[in-house]
Amino acid sequence: MIEFIPPAFIYILGALVVPLLRGRVKSVWMLLLPLVSFFFLINTQVGTSWEISFLGFDLVPFKIDRLSLVFAYIFHLISLIGIIYTLGIRSDLEYVAGLIYAGSALGVVFAGDLFTFFVFWEMLTVSALWLIWAKRTKESQGAGFRYLMVHVFGGLILLAGIIMYISEQKSISLGFIGLHSPATYLIFIGMGVNAAWPLLHSWLTDAYPESTVGGAVFLSAFTTKTAVYALARTFPGTEPLIWIGAVMTAFPIFYAVIENDLRRVLSYSLINQVGFMMVGIGIGTELSINGAAAHAFAHILYKSLLFMSMGAVIYRTGKINATDLGGLYKSMPWTALFCSIGAASISAFPLTSGFVSKSMVLDAAAHGHMSIVWLTLLFASAGVFHHSGIKIPFFAFFGHDAGHRVKEAPPSMLIAMGIAAFFCIFLGSYPAFLYSILPYPVDFVPYTSSHVLFQLQLLMFSALAFTLLLLSGIYPAEIRAINLDVDLVYRKGGRLFYNLMDRGLNAVNRGVEQLLVRVFLVNLTTFVRTLPATMLAKICWPFWKSAFDAPGQKTIMENLRRRAQSGFYPISIMGFLAIIYFGLLFLL
Amino acid sequence: MNSEKKHVFDNPKNVKRVLYGLFTSLVLLLGLEPFVHKHPYFAWENWFGFYAIYGFVACVLLVLAAKYLLRPFVKREEDYYD
Repeated sequence: MIEFIPPAFIYILGALVVPLLRGRVKSVWMLLLPLVSFFFLINTQVGTSWEISFLGFDLVPFKIDRLSLVFAYIFHLISLIGIIYTLGIRSDLEYVAGLIYAGSALGVVFAGDLFTFFVFWEMLTVSALWLIWAKRTKESQGAGFRYLMVHVFGGLILLAGIIMYISEQKSISLGFIGLHSPATYLIFIGMGVNAAWPLLHSWLTDAYPESTVGGAVFLSAFTTKTAVYALARTFPGTEPLIWIGAVMTAFPIFYAVIENDLRRVLSYSLINQVGFMMVGIGIGTELSINGAAAHAFAHILYKSLLFMSMGAVIYRTGKINATDLGGLYKSMPWTALFCSIGAASISAFPLTSGFVSKSMVLDAAAHGHMSIVWLTLLFASAGVFHHSGIKIPFFAFFGHDAGHRVKEAPPSMLIAMGIAAFFCIFLGSYPAFLYSILPYPVDFVPYTSSHVLFQLQLLMFSALAFTLLLLSGIYPAEIRAINLDVDLVYRKGGRLFYNLMDRGLNAVNRGVEQLLVRVFLVNLTTFVRTLPATMLAKICWPFWKSAFDAPGQKTIMENLRRRAQSGFYPISIMGFLAIIYFGLLFLL
Repeated sequence: MNSEKKHVFDNPKNVKRVLYGLFTSLVLLLGLEPFVHKHPYFAWENWFGFYAIYGFVACVLLVLAAKYLLRPFVKREEDYYD
């Protein structure tokens, strides 16, 4: 009897079988993978771990504790939802990549040693890449390539940090690390690339909007949240995270207001939401770590719900820019409803999941008397309602009618959105369920009269601001344009570097070629060719001068040159015969 | 000859209803505040309507800053990178 199979194995091995199956069997197989894996998981004791000795190191490819469990639960749920969502899309590439991607994320959360951790961490990048490239457009090719470059860079920093750390600690076990040496800083930054920290974030807003309809649903769930898990595991209570997180919550919302591509708006708000989790991890109290984990759980559901609704819009209309959309509630009412539920959840309306999770982080900041951080988070809460809560549904489904008369999203997409929407409301109305699976015991009451009232005041007056700005015409019109971000550095910088190298190094190359091949070698050959004739002429000159008259001197000089050109000298012939003679002697 | 079905917000009256609903809820939310027991962490949470004003001002500043400060600075043609 098999007691347990790690989820990563089920997902990854299961994914490899998918292309071999056909039709309904394939659908059933894919739906069974998360269910079977989840069944094994809930029958395993917390504290179970596997240890294998390998090249003198103790590998722990599998280890369960309560922190890994929260992330594992939500990863199972969202991969099931994602599979249902993509059932109608019929793309084996996306299925295999999506399942390996989800499996790698589960591999990371159960990794008990740095080696296993790093292997799954890199598999995450490689499998995610195919969800971007599967869109098969010029933009997705470019964005995917940049995604790969940034993550390879981040992965190398992480690897360097891990190697240095192992040689410091003489152990590869994965646990609390904390910032104290160059090695730990490298690990910290390597994880930060995946967590989309400010200045390291632009791979996310660059690549996610270019991914496939279903790919974005998977992408929005795993990479950043795996990094959240990793930081919660290794750097809880690290103060810089508070400030990094606070900046993350605030700066993307400015971009989100002026961005035209609605999936890019969602990508900016994804960074904003991960910022809340970073603050939670940085504070490092039981309440705040619980808050970060709870927020990750809730966030994965409503963010993927929003990406699913926008994916359905692309699937039906082929458009995603706010300038091309509007009035879709008429033809896609269910998608509009589910999108609005996701929008309400990300805005943390009472009775939705965002309300019961985000407030834990805000309360943890308030407990620590961090007034600036708290005010920033409150600003970000109002801002996220503004762009994700209102802008997304308003510009896609309401607002100016763009005249699209399309069919409602296909049933598989509606079912997936329905499940996610159900959980958004279920978690918000019955927070005890979410609180019971958090890493630490929860002593937090989200539904107090003042909390509900103040949250509603904050949100409704934000809505008032939106309404007044829109009616007065001050609200920035959506424009067909793109906005520069940090990726400018490597997108333009990369070209600049290329040109510099072209002009700089290639110029050196060309100069050296000119000098060596065209000038030096030519002169050398001429010199070598004319050397014997010139030398002979110099030697014979006094003799010729006395023996011949001027035309005779000229003729003999010409003859000498001609012989030199053809290499035909009596001495050469003698030399040649001598070589043949010695050669024959040697052979015979 | 518009044969298409009329939808909820095609009728301007319904849009107005939504707006009036919003305004009524705002008055209600402010009106309830004196009756709620506060347990503040910060002094400013005791000020009347702090959250309401903060939400409103934050959003207005957000939009103005994004429109007048950020957009002129970062906006480029769609084919900028091509």
